[in-house]
Amino acid sequence: MLSRFRARWGRAVLGLLLSLVAWAAHALTFPELTGRVVDDAGILDPATKAALERKLAEFETKTTGQLVVVTLKSLQGTSIEDYGYQLGRHWGIGQKEKNTGALLIVAPNERKVRIEVGYGFEGTLTDAVSRLIIENSILPRFRANDFAGGISRGVDDIIQAVSVDPEEWKARARQRPDDQPDLADVLTFLFLMVIIFIIVGSIARQQAQADPRGRRGTRGPIILPLPGSWGRSGSGWGSGGGFSGGGGFSGGGGSFGGGGASGSW
Amino acid sequence: MSHAFRIPRLARVLPFTVLAALLLSGCGINNIPTYDETAKAKWSDVQNQYQRRADLIPNLVETVKGYATQEREVLTQVTEARAKVSQIKVDASTITDPAKFKQYQDAQNALTGALGRLLVTVERYPDLKSNQNFLALQSQLEGTENRIAVARRDYIEGVRVYNTELKTFPGQLWASTIYRSYKPMETFTVAEDLQKPPTVKF
Repeated sequence: MLSRFRARWGRAVLGLLLSLVAWAAHALTFPELTGRVVDDAGILDPATKAALERKLAEFETKTTGQLVVVTLKSLQGTSIEDYGYQLGRHWGIGQKEKNTGALLIVAPNERKVRIEVGYGFEGTLTDAVSRLIIENSILPRFRANDFAGGISRGVDDIIQAVSVDPEEWKARARQRPDDQPDLADVLTFLFLMVIIFIIVGSIARQQAQADPRGRRGTRGPIILPLPGSWGRSGSGWGSGGGFSGGGGFSGGGGSFGGGGASGSW
Repeated sequence: MSHAFRIPRLARVLPFTVLAALLLSGCGINNIPTYDETAKAKWSDVQNQYQRRADLIPNLVETVKGYATQEREVLTQVTEARAKVSQIKVDASTITDPAKFKQYQDAQNALTGALGRLLVTVERYPDLKSNQNFLALQSQLEGTENRIAVARRDYIEGVRVYNTELKTFPGQLWASTIYRSYKPMETFTVAEDLQKPPTVKF
């Protein structure tokens, strides 16, 4: 019976190892998320890149959604649909709970383009709308070798498709994470300070009371952790809600389910 | 000194109980139910996407009928395949019962095949191909097929993790003792390439 168990276990481990190998062999590599425009294929000029970055950053400030443009040197033998959602998940584009992310992916060597839409945008940026944007705005320009124009126009259309009415913008803005300290952060900080002062004060008072009776060794160590926690809460206040000011861009943790549309020229 | 200090039983047993609890939780005693829930969540994603596809079909059939009435046979096949899909009752046992799962999979595959044939037929009707409504439907269909593919892959991965946990150590231990009711889950068997209907190039 032990030998049967061992045989089963051996097979299971072997199966696990094989699947790991298979998975590793098929693992795709993704470019670094260096910004909102990742021009891995090098088809965009600096002026276009800067203009796109501005547009996309503005979009994120207004709506907390994340749009990213990426051009790829190679699809590594897989389809753009297959690559697209995995890239989106790898970068975590879009807010975590709402999955409000979209990617405009261009693979000039395979002549494929795709708008990959996260769950959160699928209501307005539907598959049909994505397809229309690709067919009408992007592909005609790509066929004329105007990548910059096609991508810019595509981004404009996507922003338009995804933009909701101003009232909802304001509602979302109230919930958005801020990188500047807002009132809630300031109040939290003040609250913490008050607590710390109370603790320090009470300990000081207790020490003053304890001294006449002789030193109580247990009081001493309590004071030590405070500077550490002060430092932590201070730095927590400084970094804010996850998007550091000063140009760093990172995905908000959103996921993708395969929505969107593709085209080729 | 005749009386020795006797540690009460609770104090003797408690440290070992605590230690056992810590060791057990470290040993992944919670893995099986956790992976089970994850795989089930992914399964409902798969079902949602298949349902979404089924919902697109009546509209598609109507649009094609408007332009290609003589293609009655293909249209009927699609409608019938869709009806079969909606007749399949999916319940909690579908993913652990090989026969039921196969039935579900076969019904969905039949619909995929019928849709593929329909889209090939549409090639012959340029008016239909340029119809805005049809183009919108077609892009929705392609999007849904892609979502189905992604959901299936996520589900297959979830099932792999769960089934592996059931078979390997120490999951095997828990599975044969406290988690006897947890059965291995079925996974999709047909190669994915055969799942995608042929895309129509315009």
